[in-house]
Amino acid sequence: MKRIELLSGDEALARGAYEAGLKFAASYPGTPATEILEYLANFDDVDAQWSVNEKTAYETALGASIAGVRSIYSSKHVGVNVAMDPLMTSAYTGIGGGFVIVTADDPQLQSSQNEQDNRFIAKFSKLPMFEPSSPSEAYKMAKAAFDLSERFDTPVIIRLTTRVAHTKENVETGDRAETENKPFAVNAAKYVMVPGHAYKKHIALEAKLVELQKYGEQSEFNIAEINDKSMGIIADGTAYLYAKEVFPNASFLKLGFVYPFADEKIKRFAKEVKELYVIEEQDPFIEEHVRGLGIVLKAKDISYRIGELTPVLVKEIVEGKIKVEKAADARKPVLCPGCSHRSVFYALKKLKAIVSGDIGCYTLGALKPLEALHTTVCMGASVTIMESLSKYLGHDKVVGVIGDSTFVHSGITGLVDAAYNQAKGLLIILDNSNTAMTGSQPNPSTGVNAKGKPTKKLILEEICKAAGADIVETINAFDKNLQNKIKELMSKESLCVLIARFPCRMIERGKMVAPVFNKDKCIVCGACLQIDCPAIYKNMEGKITHDAFLCTGCNVCASACKFNALQAAQ
Amino acid sequence: MRDKVFNILFCGTGGQGILTAAEIVSLAAVYDGYHTKKSEVHGMAQRGGSVESHVRFGKLVYSPLIEEGSADFLVSFHKGEHDRMKRCLCANGVDLFASFEEAEKNMTNKKFINTHMLGVLSKNLNIRAESWLKALEAGFKGKFIEENRKIFLEAVSKG
Ligand code: SF4
Ligand code: SF4
Ligand code: SF4
Repeated sequence: MKRIELLSGDEALARGAYEAGLKFAASYPGTPATEILEYLANFDDVDAQWSVNEKTAYETALGASIAGVRSIYSSKHVGVNVAMDPLMTSAYTGIGGGFVIVTADDPQLQSSQNEQDNRFIAKFSKLPMFEPSSPSEAYKMAKAAFDLSERFDTPVIIRLTTRVAHTKENVETGDRAETENKPFAVNAAKYVMVPGHAYKKHIALEAKLVELQKYGEQSEFNIAEINDKSMGIIADGTAYLYAKEVFPNASFLKLGFVYPFADEKIKRFAKEVKELYVIEEQDPFIEEHVRGLGIVLKAKDISYRIGELTPVLVKEIVEGKIKVEKAADARKPVLCPGCSHRSVFYALKKLKAIVSGDIGCYTLGALKPLEALHTTVCMGASVTIMESLSKYLGHDKVVGVIGDSTFVHSGITGLVDAAYNQAKGLLIILDNSNTAMTGSQPNPSTGVNAKGKPTKKLILEEICKAAGADIVETINAFDKNLQNKIKELMSKESLCVLIARFPCRMIERGKMVAPVFNKDKCIVCGACLQIDCPAIYKNMEGKITHDAFLCTGCNVCASACKFNALQAAQ
Repeated sequence: MRDKVFNILFCGTGGQGILTAAEIVSLAAVYDGYHTKKSEVHGMAQRGGSVESHVRFGKLVYSPLIEEGSADFLVSFHKGEHDRMKRCLCANGVDLFASFEEAEKNMTNKKFINTHMLGVLSKNLNIRAESWLKALEAGFKGKFIEENRKIFLEAVSKG
């Protein structure tokens, strides 16, 4: 039955995969890819799981494919880096049941640590790639990707960007087609990538790419629209939509199947039009290839490689302008009132600790006025960077902080590394039993799975001891003794883990009693403002205001006030 | 008129019901037969950061983004964000901030302000009442549906 629904790019892609008979889905939460798995988890006939990291997600999805079922892996762009090891080799092994890889890229860094352009992963891994410009295309391409995957015995990548993943549009959906599982047969030459087998597979892969290129030439997703021939534009993704918005009468070659490139189509199009532009977001992926074909074209100045495109920017590109970076004027995000990370950062700040951080809400601790977090590189790096900082700067000065979900993702191996290499130092696990930043997904320390059902719960204390930590202690994140405890553990000649535990406000909004604010005692020294709680601020008259409605009674501000103007309720 | 693309820009901060409001307008436009695109800009919205939602509908919509100077309507839920986003309105664009400020002063239950604003907005848009009501039901997923319907209709009938 056909229906019109308002779906985001993530949901539409998931819907298309579902209708294509998808049976297994694995992912690690990450903006803007999260909603793909969340959508799939709603279906009883899809086994959808949050994996502990992208590598395990990729491998289980590939395993399901080898077993013969249609499967999907999805993550944000940087997540694909974690999965690169199996990804590169899966291009050699090929698949069993149809296997689709989704990378959701984040130009403009709305919620990421870098802006990498994952179109290059298609070229690097020699895997075919689709790139939708809208949710309705994501829906269609998901279906096409499964067919292509089985037809060519290859994983197929679909690349989204935030603007597609998080845009909603009318999508005409249909019903699920039940697909037969592919029969599994033992086949070492296909699935055991020892050098001898892999060598043969590489030869086969290059031949496959030639065939895939032919597919690209025929593909309904690479469409030439010939209008006014004085201006021709080659574009992909949302860049196509922006260009179409600004130059509705121009001729277009829209690349929806972006890799391998449809060279013949590109050459033909270039011949038809007088002046040729390549309009694409981020890096010169199409531009370089088309230039490599010996075609003369105009493209953007390097200044446009930073950030997202918009229709106005497309216009400026064509006018040959250079982009001027504007300072962001949006409000900065801040930790929720009563977030337990605040008390830990406040204690670390008072101790003047050098803090290696990680990826999560708590990365906000790096911003003013807290400024209590000093490195953030990638998932899990807090532990390993703490290992080295402690070695060279002194373990009594250094602390690593990591959230529970991130610790399970890739902190455990770092802790094993630190123990094995006899590191000393303190790692604080900020355990709020939640993957908060991406919208409260459960993780192994939560004890609930992607479908909301109870499952085995990972006991952080036990795993830290097993990994080799000398001292493992647990404390309520709001315990009055927190700062002393951190100081004590920093001074130990050991590898220590302190688990600072308190539920995330997103999962438990329960209130403790708000501190009492006594205006008359307040001298507006500003100490309480340093903890950056949204429930406490300076009003227009320059007076401190305490918003008892927002306040959750964590009392961190009361501990900051030396003048007893803010007093913990008795 | 149905050929024109309507641009509605919502802005404010996390937790104000902006995303729900934008979702409901979009659903109403879809139910009314328009091609609709809705796009969001929200880094870490839950944590009080800026939230924007761009809604565009018409016969055929290309870009999901509303350009500076091309919003027909600005629906703002926050003074600072309103001042920041004002530049997005087109020359004869409609700024609904006064209605928001009034609602914030007068409404007893602040949680329904977004529904009230939808009522105000609906008077300016060529979308049938039945599409709005269907969208309200779908957007609130049956939660407080009676209250929301009442507040919406009150806002429509006022002024
Ligand atoms: S969502 Fe949870 S972890 Fe994130 S800032 Fe709010 S309380 Fe803290
Ligand atoms: S710390 Fe105390 S005295 Fe200082 S501004 Fe805050 S409430 Fe006032
Ligand atoms: S007790 Fe202070 S720090 Fe804690 S939530 Fe209330 S105002 Fe914020």
